[in-house]
Amino acid sequence: MILSVEAQKHFGAFALDAGFTSAAGVTALFGRSGSGKTTLLRIIAGLVRPDVGRLTFEDAVLVDTQRKVFVPVHQRRFGYIFQDSRLFPHLSVRNNLNFGSWFTSRKRPADFDHIVHLLGIEALLDRKPHGLSGGERQRVAIGRALLASPRLLLMDEPLAALDDARKSEILPYLEKLRDEMKTPMIYVSHSVAEVTRLADRVIVLADGKIEAAGSPAEVLASPSIDQRDTGVIISGTVASADAQHRVSHVTLRAGEVILPAAGLERGRRVNIHIAERDVLVAVQQPEGLSALNILEGYIITLEPQREGTVRVRIDAKGDILLARVTTLSVDRLGLTVGRPIFAVIKAMALIH
Amino acid sequence: MEWLHLSEDEWAAVRLSVWVSTIATLVALPFGVFVAYLLARGRFWGKSVLNGLVHLPLILPPVVTGYLLLIAFGRRGVFGAYLESLFGIVFSFRWTGAALACGVMGFPLMVRSIRLSLEAVDGKLEEAAATLGANRAWVFLTVTLPLSLPGIIAGMVLAFAKAMGEFGATITFVSNIPGETQTLSAAIYTLTQVPGGDAGATRLTLVAIVISFSALMASELLAHWAGRRQHHDPVR
Repeated sequence: MILSVEAQKHFGAFALDAGFTSAAGVTALFGRSGSGKTTLLRIIAGLVRPDVGRLTFEDAVLVDTQRKVFVPVHQRRFGYIFQDSRLFPHLSVRNNLNFGSWFTSRKRPADFDHIVHLLGIEALLDRKPHGLSGGERQRVAIGRALLASPRLLLMDEPLAALDDARKSEILPYLEKLRDEMKTPMIYVSHSVAEVTRLADRVIVLADGKIEAAGSPAEVLASPSIDQRDTGVIISGTVASADAQHRVSHVTLRAGEVILPAAGLERGRRVNIHIAERDVLVAVQQPEGLSALNILEGYIITLEPQREGTVRVRIDAKGDILLARVTTLSVDRLGLTVGRPIFAVIKAMALIH
Repeated sequence: MEWLHLSEDEWAAVRLSVWVSTIATLVALPFGVFVAYLLARGRFWGKSVLNGLVHLPLILPPVVTGYLLLIAFGRRGVFGAYLESLFGIVFSFRWTGAALACGVMGFPLMVRSIRLSLEAVDGKLEEAAATLGANRAWVFLTVTLPLSLPGIIAGMVLAFAKAMGEFGATITFVSNIPGETQTLSAAIYTLTQVPGGDAGATRLTLVAIVISFSALMASELLAHWAGRRQHHDPVR
């Protein structure tokens, strides 16, 4: 246990009352906007004082409202990456990156080149933030936080302000960061895709309270998640990459699937989120479909849901899949428990 | 063009005015930044009282301000006597008194301009600086101050221009002594009171226009440069 937080905070009608502990690796704070996840992150950073609360990090007490302990932001050495980058407009990219090092006595010049290279921002160093694209700004902001040699990295929806293309530009850098840096991270997000890809643990917040906590696979399949995103997370290993078509083949227990992602190294473990609304069910081996991924399995349960839909739970050689179909389809196809079927997933639905 | 040549006394008035205004502006600057910061960011009891006090010279008749300065900073004034015995600083009937009067009169303009630009600095950037390890003083020096530079420059120019034009408070506080306290405005006024002084008054008026206009141009250039520095890549 590295970080432990318990906090209450009232803002008008909104009340936050939440606590969790986290270890090394990436902990995701997951929830809709207004669930209090950013407030909780700001309390950890020291940007907000809790009404009542206690915060410890590596056995040091940073906040204890009972004993009137409050370590100010600048002494905590927690890196914070904001949704809106917040680069200093009057400083060059290089000076933005060096900003944190002006206030620490640590001299680690080797880090600079390494981090700049890791984030691919070598070419931007002498520019001002004004002319940078959203993705470039966010990479510089990440570098700036890292170069202040933080003990913990707090990320507040770092991708939320970016479009899909920019998101897929930054995500690989975040993955590299997680794998190469030993700094623990708290990652605030409302995106199942991001959480699936990055997090080791997920904490779900709703209306200022912790609703669930656990591994991404456990938590993201639970009913507390937004219906649109309900699904499963399956782990697999990259078998091969097809550079020409910019896809990768990933081996699951259920078989091989194709991911629209280029440049994944062979043998790497990946988590794939498959939303139940993206899965089709066929009773015969389908032919002539553009959908690339067809997995064999059989129906374990049929769970009636609201509004004439049914959740089909499928066992595909040990991997569990969910599919959401209408009651009409269930009747037409004659779906029953135990029946062998084919689950069809468009590769495009597997975009992270 | 012979009539354009300034006499020795006229030169003395011009030099004195520029000197007094420059000193008044520079000495007032740190106080102006400090008070503007208190008014922009501070939350304390008596903030509106401080705000009122700062603006007082703007709304009082200058002669009244001059008389108040005389009472407070004259030889036997409340602060004047102290300052003389402790630091040897004398204001009455000296150029230092003229600088004090000019500084006080320009102070509200300076504070207003700096306060506005401090308020316009994005607090989110200061938050970001704090997460990077900067304490409040460093946040101010590395983020807040550079970002409000254009407003600070504008405030300095306003104070300088006000000082160049100051008349009522100065003449009430330190009188009108050629070579010591007779500034440009006082010299022009004096020349208009004597027969045949018109040519001198016109010359000094032209000088006053040139100086004020130059200060304005310089401030435009500086503000432009400060703005460019913030928002554009360096020219390569």
